[in-house]
Amino acid sequence: MNRNDIGSAGATKPGAIAGAITGTRIRERRLERGLAQGALARQAGISPSYLNLIEHNRRRIGGAILLRIAAALGVEPQALAYGGEAALIDGLREAAADAPAGADAAPELDRIEEFAGRFPGWAHLAVATLRRAQGEARRADALTDRLAHDPHLAASLHEVLSVVTAIRSTASILTDTAGLEPEWQARFHRNLGEDSQRLAAGAERLVSYLDDGPGTGRDILSPQDELDRFLDGHGHRFDVLEQGGDPGEVLKRAGVPSGTGAHVLIAAALECYALDARMLPEAALSAAIARLGTAPLALAQDLGVPVPLIFRRLAAMPEDVAGPVGLVSADASGAILGLKPLPGFAMMRLAGACPLWPLFRAGAQPGMALRQRLVQPGRDARPVLALTAAEEAAPGGFNMPPLMRSYMLLLPAPVEASPEAPLPVGNSCRICPRHACTARREPSILPEPMTPDAPSF
Amino acid sequence: MTKQVLLIEDEPNIIEAISFILSRDGWQVRSHTGGAGAMEMVRARRADLIILDVMLPHRSGFEILADIRADPELGATPVLMLTARGQRKDREMAERAGASRFMAKPFSNAEMLEAVRALAGGAGGL
Repeated sequence: MNRNDIGSAGATKPGAIAGAITGTRIRERRLERGLAQGALARQAGISPSYLNLIEHNRRRIGGAILLRIAAALGVEPQALAYGGEAALIDGLREAAADAPAGADAAPELDRIEEFAGRFPGWAHLAVATLRRAQGEARRADALTDRLAHDPHLAASLHEVLSVVTAIRSTASILTDTAGLEPEWQARFHRNLGEDSQRLAAGAERLVSYLDDGPGTGRDILSPQDELDRFLDGHGHRFDVLEQGGDPGEVLKRAGVPSGTGAHVLIAAALECYALDARMLPEAALSAAIARLGTAPLALAQDLGVPVPLIFRRLAAMPEDVAGPVGLVSADASGAILGLKPLPGFAMMRLAGACPLWPLFRAGAQPGMALRQRLVQPGRDARPVLALTAAEEAAPGGFNMPPLMRSYMLLLPAPVEASPEAPLPVGNSCRICPRHACTARREPSILPEPMTPDAPSF
Repeated sequence: MTKQVLLIEDEPNIIEAISFILSRDGWQVRSHTGGAGAMEMVRARRADLIILDVMLPHRSGFEILADIRADPELGATPVLMLTARGQRKDREMAERAGASRFMAKPFSNAEMLEAVRALAGGAGGL
């Protein structure tokens, strides 16, 4: 078998197309239709050798050629071009950023797309490994934080170390003091006996606390990580709450220990969801979407509700009703509060987001909804449509401004040409190749993009 | 005249071991268990050196140290702080609070003797 033949049986499993990149998808679709490469190339107006390069992800594709190939294959262009490739490639860039300095073989950053296309399984594995390492790093941070701030653990460690100190000091006296009087010997032997028993008991208590206490497994993630995991695990949707159910019951079933930061955050998220569902029931929103589509402003005007509520409710709708929807929210400091990913638009909470995201302008213009197409770096990146709005999360008072919360809804943008070019934005500065960006916080580890069709400032 | 060390520590067997080794080195050792009443003992004893545990019941060693440093008559007394948590944060807190020296448990008898001699300039009786 040709080692490049990633579209043939055995190399690409059924279903793998969802995570593959554009060239691979084209090849899959062509083979499904029994089309020869030459035939598709002719219909698309390109040479067979060029199509071969595209199918093996050695040439990037977009614009008119993508539209012609999609038409020839009888599929929507988004079906070929829109997907997880941007996130996969961003993930690989992150992995490259984590490569140890001075390693014998540095990752070939200029061939990331080719690698992702030719070896999607390996690429996903590399990203999954990175995510696992990041998760472990977060757990280590949380554990360090816990060691520093958990009063019960601090008291337990203090007790154990104090007994160890007493034992060490007493044993040294017994072994180092020449001619120690018998009464002192007896006294220190007795102390050693007592201390050894206390040490055993203290160590047992400590191990028991670490094994069973409110601290292992889930708890050593940060509360925000716990919230993300909880919401991701439920697909950001709660059927029980859509039907008027009690958020307290959902919280109880989640099994998050009460009194923890995660419990507080999840409880607040569920209360907000339940309130939103009461203010805008699913049936009313679905009916409005059937009439008007998913345009949030039109929906807000028709239903007489605020735009941020429409955003949150769209993000909770099943994909067959509202299509793929991403949502990110932030407070006035720019801290990301919530994050529902949209395939094709990479977002990460840890490293700080791109300050060019319109999300961060929404808070300054709370009455104004912004609408802008965005594109992240990478020649295969597809534009997304970002709509932003802000709302008052808590009222202000004398010398106290209102507490604002900003939202950015993300929808797949049409592939068709638009009179206005999408705004080039990034994911996070460290893995963003737009070196000349004036919003840059820190240097990028990536080289400048070399392709003529790459978006630039 | 024999120099005095005041040991404020809640672990009785540490008190006994430290008292023993310092006494054998020529120091007069007084002890107090816990944070409650510690300042009264500090004022009453006027020791040449105070060995002070950080984590005490009722009052932390940092609070007691702050009171010592704020007292014009006691403020210059050398204070050796002991803690079971040898983390940089505690060390920095001890330094900010005015500790003369910081020692993390578990320490050796030799380390304790060296620190006491360095801070109080050698036992008065020797």
